[in-house]
Amino acid sequence: MFAVARKEIAGYFKSPIAYVLIGVFTLIISLYFHPALKAGYGDFVNILDSVGFFLIFIIPILTMRILAEDKKSGTEVLLLTSPTSLPRIVIGKFLATFTVFLSIVGISFIYPLVIVVFEGAITTQLVGAYLGFILLGAVFCAIGVFTSSLTENQIIAAIISLIMMFSLWMADQFAAKLGGPFGLVMEWISVLTRYKVFTQGLLTLDNIVFFLSSTALMLYLTIRVIERRRWIQG
Amino acid sequence: MIEIKNLVKHYGQVVAVDNINFKVNEGEILGFLGPNGAGKTTTMNIITGYLPSTSGTVEVDGYDITTHPEEVKKRIGYLPEQPPLYRDMTVMEYLNFVSDLKKVPKNKKKNELSDIIELVGLPDHRKRLIDNLSKGYRQRVGLAQALIGNPKVLILDEPTVGLDPKQIVEIRRVIKGLATSRTIILSTHILPEVSMICERVVIINKGRIAAEDTPDRLSSSVSTMSKLNLTIKGDKDTVMKTIGDMPNVKYISMTSRSEDDIFKYVLETKKDKDIREELFYKLAENKMPVLELRPSSATLEDIFINVVSDTGIKEREDL
Repeated sequence: MFAVARKEIAGYFKSPIAYVLIGVFTLIISLYFHPALKAGYGDFVNILDSVGFFLIFIIPILTMRILAEDKKSGTEVLLLTSPTSLPRIVIGKFLATFTVFLSIVGISFIYPLVIVVFEGAITTQLVGAYLGFILLGAVFCAIGVFTSSLTENQIIAAIISLIMMFSLWMADQFAAKLGGPFGLVMEWISVLTRYKVFTQGLLTLDNIVFFLSSTALMLYLTIRVIERRRWIQG
Repeated sequence: MIEIKNLVKHYGQVVAVDNINFKVNEGEILGFLGPNGAGKTTTMNIITGYLPSTSGTVEVDGYDITTHPEEVKKRIGYLPEQPPLYRDMTVMEYLNFVSDLKKVPKNKKKNELSDIIELVGLPDHRKRLIDNLSKGYRQRVGLAQALIGNPKVLILDEPTVGLDPKQIVEIRRVIKGLATSRTIILSTHILPEVSMICERVVIINKGRIAAEDTPDRLSSSVSTMSKLNLTIKGDKDTVMKTIGDMPNVKYISMTSRSEDDIFKYVLETKKDKDIREELFYKLAENKMPVLELRPSSATLEDIFINVVSDTGIKEREDL
């Protein structure tokens, strides 16, 4: 499990991809942070709340190759015939993408640090917002790993995961439009509504469980997809 | 060591492997022969646990692949037809990763890797990016990968395809060297390779086993008539007449002229008659020295074509 994770993390940092994503994400935060700072408005929680949306574009690029590439290049045979079990391989792959995501998050700590230095306090909202952001990232990474297992074409994997993440993000809007029982389901799966709760500084158990179990569900589905393909492929 | 019983694999409507049974004993090199699409790769993928079978069992060292996949996978090193390489890694990074994946203990890893690198002939390529290696060297990295974890069983799918003649010879030498302590299944459609390396051959065609024996016995089973290749010094017509008059000779024909009065001939004897001694004295009497006398037994090519077309005909008759 850790062998797979280590190898993938090294792969991300050897290629430009991790740096480009870190750079892009830092740029996006800066674009929000700079005007806020100029206006003397030192609320990073709001900024984090806004930049969460951009994960929909960043994470698919991060995760698209993680399993699709193995299938395309034939290295999947190596992984599946090794004594490391499939769940461990999938979890290792997920951990790699999540670690790169965490390093992106880690770099963004500079911004609240600036505010904390000048304003003094770390608020519960900030802690909550970060926790929510990280949990959101975990679900999105798991979705990315899942869609990467569906196809050997990385671009298609990225597009499918973008659509899935976007739908989850917009679920509360669909819910309002739809109404009825289906609307309730949409309301329930809306990651945005749940993420907003975190940015208010509220750490509710049901929201944490929702994000963690969604991550687990996506990884479970990934394992099922690969298992199923073993049975049907020629 | 490896026991395959009633193995069947369907891909939807297509039957890729149709009730295969065979055994490979410990320390044996088994040649797995068959035309393209015969089911060789599918069978190997099932033995290594990459694909599940539709029915039937595969046991390696007493462990069943479906009930104890990890025990089986620990005992097998697999080199698929397309070596499973990460091209963005260096040779050393890649082999280190495979060691971790195969759970080689940390204290053994370093020694094992340097032994393997030495064995497959990669010591000068440790730090090279796999993407920049030639096909032959990539094949070696693939072979090195299969050897990691010191598996008792090696499964090699067409290990010499796409290599140049010198590399082929070297890879074969490496494989033969490995055989002393391991059980090997080697698939190929290069027939001389089988007679050179393998102790036993399984020929598979259309998902079924068409023949199974040692390369030698397979050869003799096919050649019911024996042919002799001769090079004789002397006048062509007299030689032809002298030999043609012998009672057990079916026919003789001249194939080529190698020097002024030296000719090469092919001769076929009547069933199971050994006329070599008689031939020698007869020609000596007539002062026609025999420069070369070589029986030509059937090659594996003959057997292969024979076996493969036989089953083809049978199937057509079944319809």
